[in-house]
Amino acid sequence: MARRAQALARSHPQGPGGAGGIKSQPTGDATAVDLDRLIHERMRLGIVSALAVNPSLSFSELKALMHTTDGNLSVHARKLEEAGYVTCTKSFEGRVPKTDYALTAAGRKALERYLNHMEAIIRATRDR
Amino acid sequence: MATVRPISSAPSVHPPALHDRAIDNLQYIREAMERAEPVTVISGWGIVAAGGVAFVATAATLRTPLTTRWVATWVAAAVVAFAVSLGATIRKANRAKTPFLTGATQRLALAFAPAMFIAAVLTGTLLRHGLGELLTPLWLLSYGAAVTAAGMFSVRVIPVMGACFVLLGTVAAIVPTGFETLLMAAGFGGVHAVFGVLIARRYGG
Repeated sequence: MARRAQALARSHPQGPGGAGGIKSQPTGDATAVDLDRLIHERMRLGIVSALAVNPSLSFSELKALMHTTDGNLSVHARKLEEAGYVTCTKSFEGRVPKTDYALTAAGRKALERYLNHMEAIIRATRDR
Repeated sequence: MATVRPISSAPSVHPPALHDRAIDNLQYIREAMERAEPVTVISGWGIVAAGGVAFVATAATLRTPLTTRWVATWVAAAVVAFAVSLGATIRKANRAKTPFLTGATQRLALAFAPAMFIAAVLTGTLLRHGLGELLTPLWLLSYGAAVTAAGMFSVRVIPVMGACFVLLGTVAAIVPTGFETLLMAAGFGGVHAVFGVLIARRYGG
């Protein structure tokens, strides 16, 4: 999936760079109505993408990767956990508590769906 | 009476097209994956193999005085260890079906290179001035700095490994001469072996 996301992004290198959100606009065959809002949010999309290329990542590793705060990360990670997209395992390394996150099959499928959706939008607008 | 103006006027520029936003989202996913990638790309077993090469060099130089032969053996070991580690990393990337040359690996290499370049230049300078006894602290400190810098783009275990090399390099700079080979074995052999196993177990090979 990593290769596919990278290949897709590379084949459309002229991305605007802004943080755009997809609104519910008609786009021919591809509509944004069924867009998975849960992983459409930037932080959650980043978490799911990072976990897609790793068996698991600790809370601090994810925090460093996403350049975010403890509070922000835990809020978004909890939403993903509640949706069943990630699993959260708490353990101790010596006396230090450790939280590990891993992508579930549902989460992987959701990312796959999201990639399909983006691809469909690009294809639909290009074909016009 | 004052004129009433709307608080928010219509935007002067058109919002980005849906197509552009979709491309932007794909770009974001790609970057997030690339940032997270070094975790899986660096081969732990490759690092263990580099440690093995260092132990072989230790056996070959244990009773050798600090001569050109000692230096040549360790330089050759470094070249072999680098090649073995690189090969293992490429194999790991192929096995995971992820491209090896990505933005993430390029950033990692760029962070790693400067300290190693400094080490190469100073190795020649120290040898020319007959200061071969300073090579062990130089190599351990430079490699430690390179690994710590490259580790900034990876998981915490990598910069911790770099810090261990810096610590050993500091010890090598303090202790009297005669312990060079043992310190090289502890660093390039021992530290590599321990952290290589750790990386292999935690991050899939």
